[in-house]
Amino acid sequence: MRVTDSEPLLRSEPLLDVRDLSVTFTRKGGPTVRAVDGVSFTVRPGETVGLVGESGSGKSVTSLAVMRLLPRRGVQVGGQVLFDGDDLLTLPRDRMRDIRGRDIAMVFQDPMSSLNPVVPIGIQVTEVLERHQDLKGETARAAAEELLFRVGIPDPRRRLKEYPHQLSGGMRQRALIAMALACKPRLLIADEPTTALDVTIQAQIIELLKELVQDTGASLVMITHDLGVVAGLCDTVHVMYSGRIVESAGRRELFGEPRHPYTGGLLASVPRLDAPRGAPLHPIPGSPTDVLSWHKGCAFAPRCPNRLDACIGGPPRLESLGDRSLRCLNPLEQNEEVPA
Amino acid sequence: MSDQVPAPSAEKRASADVLLSVRGLEVHFPIRSGIVVERQVGSVKAVDGVDLDIPRGATVGLVGESGCGKSTLGRAILRLVEPTAGTVTFGDVDVRALAGEDLRRMRRQMQMVFQDPMASLDPRQNVQSVLSEPLRAHGIGGDHRARVRELLDVVGLPASAANRYPHEFSGGQRQRIGIARAIALEPQLIVADEPVSALDVSIQAQVVNLLEELQDRLGLTYLVIAHDLAVVRHIADVVAVMYLGGLVEQAPSDDLYATPLHPYTKALMSAVPIPDPVVEDTRQRILLQGDLPSPADPPTGCRFHTRCPFRQPTRCAEERPLLRTVAGHADAHRVACHWAEDIEAGRILPAASAVVDPDPVREPDPQPDPAT
Repeated sequence: MRVTDSEPLLRSEPLLDVRDLSVTFTRKGGPTVRAVDGVSFTVRPGETVGLVGESGSGKSVTSLAVMRLLPRRGVQVGGQVLFDGDDLLTLPRDRMRDIRGRDIAMVFQDPMSSLNPVVPIGIQVTEVLERHQDLKGETARAAAEELLFRVGIPDPRRRLKEYPHQLSGGMRQRALIAMALACKPRLLIADEPTTALDVTIQAQIIELLKELVQDTGASLVMITHDLGVVAGLCDTVHVMYSGRIVESAGRRELFGEPRHPYTGGLLASVPRLDAPRGAPLHPIPGSPTDVLSWHKGCAFAPRCPNRLDACIGGPPRLESLGDRSLRCLNPLEQNEEVPA
Repeated sequence: MSDQVPAPSAEKRASADVLLSVRGLEVHFPIRSGIVVERQVGSVKAVDGVDLDIPRGATVGLVGESGCGKSTLGRAILRLVEPTAGTVTFGDVDVRALAGEDLRRMRRQMQMVFQDPMASLDPRQNVQSVLSEPLRAHGIGGDHRARVRELLDVVGLPASAANRYPHEFSGGQRQRIGIARAIALEPQLIVADEPVSALDVSIQAQVVNLLEELQDRLGLTYLVIAHDLAVVRHIADVVAVMYLGGLVEQAPSDDLYATPLHPYTKALMSAVPIPDPVVEDTRQRILLQGDLPSPADPPTGCRFHTRCPFRQPTRCAEERPLLRTVAGHADAHRVACHWAEDIEAGRILPAASAVVDPDPVREPDPQPDPAT
């Protein structure tokens, strides 16, 4: 799981290849909002990719667009999402429905609102098996029991008969993961799967995801705002800001030497449990709503300590810099202290 | 724990400069049943015997997972929920004995900052009205407009904010308004319940820094309630760790993080992910099994024994441990564990199933058997 040298991965063909994805929301009489703007990334078999960003950065919309779960009205999705060579965005709806749940599965942030509150857990889990694997009756039930057991739910036979409200938050998230893994998907997209949970439960769930990814060889796209989660889990990390990727790198490179001022700013602003006490925090000034639209310049420029005049002249491009890609005209120097 | 004698050092400090002192505090919520005749069939022991001292001018952090009773404790101190037993002494006033107008006047000294600034601000009240309401409620005269401008300036908002409504602000700015409201009456104590957890990461640090700056400027005393250990460690001088209604460990911040003595504190700390791959790859972690037990039916003996990786066959299930000092540690470092010395010395090791080793390659290394 903790693949630091991703050489064997690099050689294989990508499983998911997102090319120039953009999502625009339009509203009658309202402004159009470009939530995702030219996002490209790849996920190779067995790889764990992190999408990191604050609220409004477009990370969740990206995942919904990949799964084609956005409403069709008022939303324009552009670009390509190649999964195993097929463009998911242009597939017929019934083929997409086959892929969803069978080849690509998703785990959402809030397990309470993604489970049906009036249907027992067992029926919700067996439904996936019946839909995609043609299992019926007792076979499906036994398979569901096995799945719940595998994700660490004690006494699965009893739990299958229970309703979501009878389970704790951690158990619900486990049940959702069991549903996601029911058909042994090749790609699992987890959208903030631990944000609603306590730290000790979060540690359990992350450990579970690591194990499952390792055992089944599935790829994982982890969407989170928590840099700590990413540091321990992901092979490659993409940092998003205001709908675009601003820095992509392997986790060691990214955390060891952040080059984008936003990445550096994020790292300097979170208190670390292992840092000496009294070390001051350096918040990023302003708020994520103070953005410049990308076609005018760098969206982060209004908050950026490294801003140059050129930053608000035009959109910076995502440049490849050896070990990473970076969208910045004036990046942090290597090993430079993050400016206060 | 309610009948526990506080450590002598705490008692000595109490006479000197303790602003708020809590002894044997209990908050039990009744569970009722029956349609015609309602009777009490049990109670949820949200807070079950807590002793806590908050020194004047200091920041005490209260950490625990959801459902451990930390918010209820904070509210019981302000008497926003009614404690069922115990005492709360603020300065030399017994807060639990106050009623009516006396209690209302007392609240001027104790204010609260809530977690979700959107939910704790009235959407139809503008900032001027939000911030001057405490002044009106407590009959403070003078120029309210000037005072509001001053408050906005203190929390780093422009004076023009006074005429705007909560929805016009971002989350961080709203939390600044919540803080301005809390300091409007110049209280001595502020109870901040998860003040930053609803905010974006880049904003959290702004609010943490603001709280620290206000403390220096106004000499405030804080009780910061949070689940995020890293935030609490950053802000607090003394940290109390709570589990299922009781404190399991209490220590000066540096001591607690350097040498956590209670198994729960150890597990909690090892569960916090650190944004550094090098650290993440090399540290050993303790995983807890299962969930928090129900506070309506807490486990006997040590509340934590059902999930404790260091559990011993004797004492843990029978005897509820009291907060006590441990030889070789400062008097202020107190822990509620029967086996703290043995665990610290390495004579008791965690169950192998609870330990996650950093590197999978090294997993075949023989794990020492847990002493049974």
